[in-house]
This record gives sequence, structure tokens and C-alpha cells, in this order.
Amino acid sequence: MKKRLLALASGGGHFVQLLRLRPAFEGHEVHYATVHADSRAEVGGAPFHTFHDVSRADWWRLPLTVFDIVVILLKVRPQIIITTGALPPLIALLLARPFGIKTLWIDSIANSETLSGSGQMARKIATQTLTQWPALAEPDVAYWGSVL
Amino acid sequence: MKAPDIYVSVGSMMPFERLVRAMDGFAAQRPDLDVLIQIGRGKTEPVHARFVRLMPPGDYRAMVAGCRLFVAHAGMGSIITAIEAGKPLLMLPRRQALGEHNTEHQLATAQNIGNRPGLHVAIDEADLIVRAEALLAVGSPPPAPIARFADEGFTNHIRCFIESD
Repeated sequence: MKKRLLALASGGGHFVQLLRLRPAFEGHEVHYATVHADSRAEVGGAPFHTFHDVSRADWWRLPLTVFDIVVILLKVRPQIIITTGALPPLIALLLARPFGIKTLWIDSIANSETLSGSGQMARKIATQTLTQWPALAEPDVAYWGSVL
Repeated sequence: MKAPDIYVSVGSMMPFERLVRAMDGFAAQRPDLDVLIQIGRGKTEPVHARFVRLMPPGDYRAMVAGCRLFVAHAGMGSIITAIEAGKPLLMLPRRQALGEHNTEHQLATAQNIGNRPGLHVAIDEADLIVRAEALLAVGSPPPAPIARFADEGFTNHIRCFIESD
């Protein structure tokens, strides 16, 4: 059965990694969300949304990001959320949790020696958390492969 | 936009003044080369090199594909773009110790991914310039080609997750 998916990621390498996973989403209704409006050209006409970026360095932007993520969740009403990080998608996972939405956190391949800070929180709230490095796999953090 | 001889990128998320200053210095030493730097939100504006703040993804890929040498931070967007384009990459890892990122993970990336053929790591700004000169003079084998998408085993596993109840 066709499912409604929200595939979201911050900018730069996070979104590049998400796009390398596109074959996994084929046949489903996929909505993409990221931080740069220019990235719309990358998703081949699929529904596309943007949110304001935030990181630990500019935490005061957080309310803006939370607002954007709430709007996206209300618009898309996803059955499944898939993300390659970083902090803004973690907010989506947190907000989705009370509604029983299935969520997948794929920690960035950049985190080769330890799970990211956001990943550490994601493992407590996501349905499934993945690392892209076999050596970092733990009982609650699986390794299914990597984008490279 | 015409692809430069040397395309430099700090990525799209955070400034990286050390890389911008080093490569602007390189542009001053080598006026025969066209150097274009994507400086992101950085405060330092190059005076010898051309610069842009941020480019749409398609233009960015065209710069990487068309340049003679690609120089960047050790970010996954830059690394994956270089590998996909078959373009050698010279990277300078961001250092948390210098306030350039939240953690020291770019050192780990340089060590664990930067060891692939066609990828080159500079330990500091002086090493960056030496390696840039050497790569321009003698070249480098390109990164090994990869498919457009992640391995099928990985994407199939994610598909199973999506389709299971």
C-alpha cells in the first residue's frame, strides 16, 4: 500500500545523503523538506518544503525552526518520517512521537567514530536509529549500509 | 557562470575563515589562475579570488565538474559531490578547537573517508598550499566512480522498513 513519507534533512551533506537514498522511497508519496529553496530542483517535481536551519551555535533560532516543522507536519501528515539529520529533523521526530508516526534516523556518514549529538537523542525517540559505520552499531543502533 | 581553475567551498552551513584566507592568499601568489571561493556566511571577503556566498546545487556541481582542482572543508556534501563528479578533492578539515565546527568529526572524516583514492587531506594552511601546488603540477587520479544512489542492499532495507506495519 502506498504510504505518505516525509523525507527531510538539513542542508549540505545531510540533504545530499538523503537524495542518495531515493530508490528506497519509490512508489510512495514522498514529500521532501530541507533548508535551501534552491534544492527544489533536486527532487524531480516531488512536493517540496523548506524550514529555517538551526544548530547548537545559533540555538536562538529554534522557535522559528519549530514553527516551520509544525507547519510541514500539519501539511504533509506523514505516516513515516525519514531523515539523515541534523538538529531540525530531530524536532520533527520529537513532535511526531505522540502520534505514533514511524520514524527512521540515519546518522550522517560524517559521524565515523561516534554517533552525532542529535543521533544520541534520536536513538531515544526514533522507531529505528541507524549508523553508517559497522563499528558503531549497538543493540539499539543498527547498521544497514551506507550512502557511499 | 564559467568554472574556475580552482573552485573552493566552505560548504553551505557554517563559515570557515581559515580556508578562505589561505586560498585567497594562494590566489594572490598565483594571478595566472582563476580562483572562485564559495564563502557561505563567512565575514572574510576574498580580495584576490572571486567569491560567491552560496550557489544553487546544479551550479555548484557544474563548478566542481568543470574546475581543475576542487578544494573544500571535509564535509560530506563536498566529498560526495567530488566523488560523483570524478574530481580529485583537496580538503582542509574544520577544527572544533578553532571554533570551526561543533565537534572534531571532520578530522575523523578526513581519516576514515579521506583515505580513498583521489581524495587528499591537508593538515593545516601551509600544507594546503603545498598540496594545491603539487596537485596542479602533477595531477591526481580521480576518485573511484560510484553509482548515483546508495547500495541496493541499503535502500531495500529502508524500503522494507517503510512498507512493514
